[in-house]
Amino acid sequence: MIETSTSSATSKTVETVSGITVRLCGDSGDGMQLLGTQLTNTSALAGNDVATFPDFPAEIRAPRGTRAGVSGFQVQFASKEIFTPGDTLDALVVMNPAAMVTNIGDLRKGGILIANEDGFNDKEYKLAKVESNPLDADVIEQSYRVVRVSMTELTREAVSGFGLSTKFADRCKNFFAMGLVYWLFGRSLDPTLRFIEEKFSKKPDIMNANIAALRAGWAYGETTEVFGESYQVEAAKLEPGTYRNIMGNQALAWGLIAASKVSGKDLFYGTYPITPASDILHELTKYKNFGVRTFQAEDEIAAVCATIGAAFGGTMAVTASSGPGIALKGEAMGLGVMLELPMIIINVQRGGPSTGLPTKTEQSDLLQVMFGRNGEAPMPVLAPRSPGDCFAMAVEAWRIATECMVPVMLLSDGYIANGSEPWKIPDIKDLPEIKCSHPVASDSDEPFLPYGRDENLARPWAIPGTPELMHRVGGLEKEDGTGNVSYDPDNHQHMVETRAAKVAKIAERLPEQDVFGPTSGDVLVVSWGGTYGACLTAVARCRDAGHDVSHAHIRYMNPLPSNIGTLLRSFRTVIVPELNAGQLRMLLRAEYLVDCVGINKVKGKPFAVSELVDAITHHATTHQAATHQAASHRQTKAG
Amino acid sequence: MNLPVLKAADFASDQDVRWCPGCGDYSILAQMKKVLPELGYPREKTVFISGIGCSSRFPYYMNTYGMHSIHGRAPTFATGLKSTRPELMVWVITGDGDSLSIGGNHFIHCLRRNLDVNIVLFNNRIYGLTKGQYSPTSAEGQITKSTPMGAIDHPLSPLSLALAAEATFVARSIDAHVKHLGETLKAAAEHKGTSLVEVYQNCNVFNDGAMAYAQEKKQRAENVIELEHGKPLIFGAKGDKGIRLTGNHLEVVNTADVPADDLLIHDAHDPNPAIQMMLARMRYPEMPEPIGVLRAVEGVATYNDQINEQVTAAKAKKGEGDLTALFHSGDTWQVA
Repeated sequence: MIETSTSSATSKTVETVSGITVRLCGDSGDGMQLLGTQLTNTSALAGNDVATFPDFPAEIRAPRGTRAGVSGFQVQFASKEIFTPGDTLDALVVMNPAAMVTNIGDLRKGGILIANEDGFNDKEYKLAKVESNPLDADVIEQSYRVVRVSMTELTREAVSGFGLSTKFADRCKNFFAMGLVYWLFGRSLDPTLRFIEEKFSKKPDIMNANIAALRAGWAYGETTEVFGESYQVEAAKLEPGTYRNIMGNQALAWGLIAASKVSGKDLFYGTYPITPASDILHELTKYKNFGVRTFQAEDEIAAVCATIGAAFGGTMAVTASSGPGIALKGEAMGLGVMLELPMIIINVQRGGPSTGLPTKTEQSDLLQVMFGRNGEAPMPVLAPRSPGDCFAMAVEAWRIATECMVPVMLLSDGYIANGSEPWKIPDIKDLPEIKCSHPVASDSDEPFLPYGRDENLARPWAIPGTPELMHRVGGLEKEDGTGNVSYDPDNHQHMVETRAAKVAKIAERLPEQDVFGPTSGDVLVVSWGGTYGACLTAVARCRDAGHDVSHAHIRYMNPLPSNIGTLLRSFRTVIVPELNAGQLRMLLRAEYLVDCVGINKVKGKPFAVSELVDAITHHATTHQAATHQAASHRQTKAG
Repeated sequence: MNLPVLKAADFASDQDVRWCPGCGDYSILAQMKKVLPELGYPREKTVFISGIGCSSRFPYYMNTYGMHSIHGRAPTFATGLKSTRPELMVWVITGDGDSLSIGGNHFIHCLRRNLDVNIVLFNNRIYGLTKGQYSPTSAEGQITKSTPMGAIDHPLSPLSLALAAEATFVARSIDAHVKHLGETLKAAAEHKGTSLVEVYQNCNVFNDGAMAYAQEKKQRAENVIELEHGKPLIFGAKGDKGIRLTGNHLEVVNTADVPADDLLIHDAHDPNPAIQMMLARMRYPEMPEPIGVLRAVEGVATYNDQINEQVTAAKAKKGEGDLTALFHSGDTWQVA
């Protein structure tokens, strides 16, 4: 819990606003991600709803000062519930010309541009490939409230008493920028002060210098004439409870740990480093005292195979990767389907194909996880819709995996993985019950059937070490019941159908698809994964504007909820916005023979709400016009 | 307490064995069934994991737990299993194509991690299951279905590779030399850490007699040297030949011509693999090929022990994980 802080009391005028969208941009090494994370946490602690969008280059340290090296962090904090990090910026902080020219386009007219003036010089113009100081352009002065601050100089002065070299002194300038931003938006310094004290406890000089820089930035806003007023965003009215800020990959890791605990299993996590999934490994490996064993394998294939080995042994087993790594795991996933063992395979999607855009988001692996295996190898596929939802869906994935004895695919993406939002901390006793049972030898004369089935078509999870239940599994087709190798044609057909039915039957036990808005009418927007926030917000705006638009956001991708077909047929137009070339749209059309219109974007960036509103409105009106025309044409003919 | 005494037949599954008549695999299967009861380990705690290939059908024929996995990856399944269930005795059954070609990477990494499993590599120097293409251990110049003008790859020695990967137990045996094979498998099982046993195995359909110099009793004495820890390296039907270390190479000498203490004494326990590597590189026909245990170094930490010790240490230090405490760690706030 946080205390109210006196350090954030300002003597200037304070204007209350309902929400602010800020982007902080600088060089990859300028500490912008840290600044953004701190601003997010502080805003969340102030009771705002927050949504974030970190955006950084694939290179660790791209050439300094260049456009390619710009690292940005966007955060929206608001006094109402929000679902996206915002479209246009109210404020933009830039540390150099490259950061400015690559981001200025997103700043709204009249927005605040804060520039580190010391980062603007001839050398930097050359690196950023601009002719002269972009801050001096008339259009900039006319369009925005430009605030030039000599951050590097002011930081050097602020930290001069700590005996740091210029190099280290200059590294504190992100904390100066942070102090200024905190003043401008009425944020408390306390959480960040605590962070600095903890992080640099063993380096007192650095700690004190960073604190001094942070306070100097705040004081700069308070005392200089540059800003006439500051802004405040009041606490949002979220559902009652205890909250914390959580990132997607962290929530996913915690969901896995929670699932392992409620199912009474230790967790084995086999993986190979890959962006943007690696943070799950970094997070999980901290929690060995929860019975977590992490295995950094020699490659993606070893990671998934070790996972299958652990599952065979009766452990909760999980592997994760991103698209290219999932491609390598394809053969082993097919074996997982054949062995009918429970496990979770996580795909944190990124831009593809091939290495693609490793640090950018995309939803282009849906068909890969649905069909990217040889033979008929169906797997359940779940897709969390937001950072916090990763927790719930990780638990759900393990519940389904154990209930059906099947590998389950969890499909996240870079946007969710690195994004964060307030998360209502669940009560442990509200977590779903997950029962894992292993058969033991019975006195009956009946032989043990390793491929016998229960009402969910699940086979028993008999594990090595159990007397009398010795059996062999493998990738060759199994005879139903005995599990012996079988080349019998009828058995193969039966087993293919059984494995498919086992997955399909899950839909009978899943909740029906819920809908925002009426369940029939003009337009249904169908979305999945990380586009939830943007689609929901866009549909809400369309409805406010008087359009008859509803929204269904799917979290169970395979099997789809049982009422999806009926739902699709209950609207005149179905629109499917996706960050791919139309993959869910293809599935819906194939499965339900319902025409769907796509809104497809593959720029490595999430949807902006405004572009969705425009596209939905466009499709809604053109489709309605076409329908209307067809109807009157029919009338004419009939007449 | 009376433990049931198991016999070889108790380890046979009810499945028909489907290798070609005359295949060397039968002998290995028979020795395995014979050795396992001697180890006194219960069947239910024994697991065979294989890759793909003729040899990899092995688990189906054993009345233990088993997994016939995918091509080249058996060591990785074993890694997941042994890391989480260290009390199980895990065997990896593989072939020359499976472990040295498609699975080369996993083979290396299993050995360097010193996972406590036993790898039995059936080396017949050919792809049998796919009907006769050359393998990574096929001889240079060998004519096969895929090399009508002769193989141009240099063959790989699994023993050299294993030693280079810091394997702690490296041995070789021969399918037809049943007594030696049984003893070698037993020694492998008793080693703590990864054990590699290369078995010369005759594929009588696609590569018949490729290793006849070592497999046939009449030729074996002249072409093979049986290593024993602490014993001088002597071979030949009459025991009249030995191996001497001269400078930095090994040479064959007539025992009659040199003083007895000139002969190399085999040290399988030497942590320095240099001489063991020289032995691994001895090739017929220039040199006799060594069989037996080249290297057996105990006391090296195993991967499975260490991964579990870290969990124990973390619990001792931080206490058993508490979900509520985890969720509430760091900054939180209340919404009324």
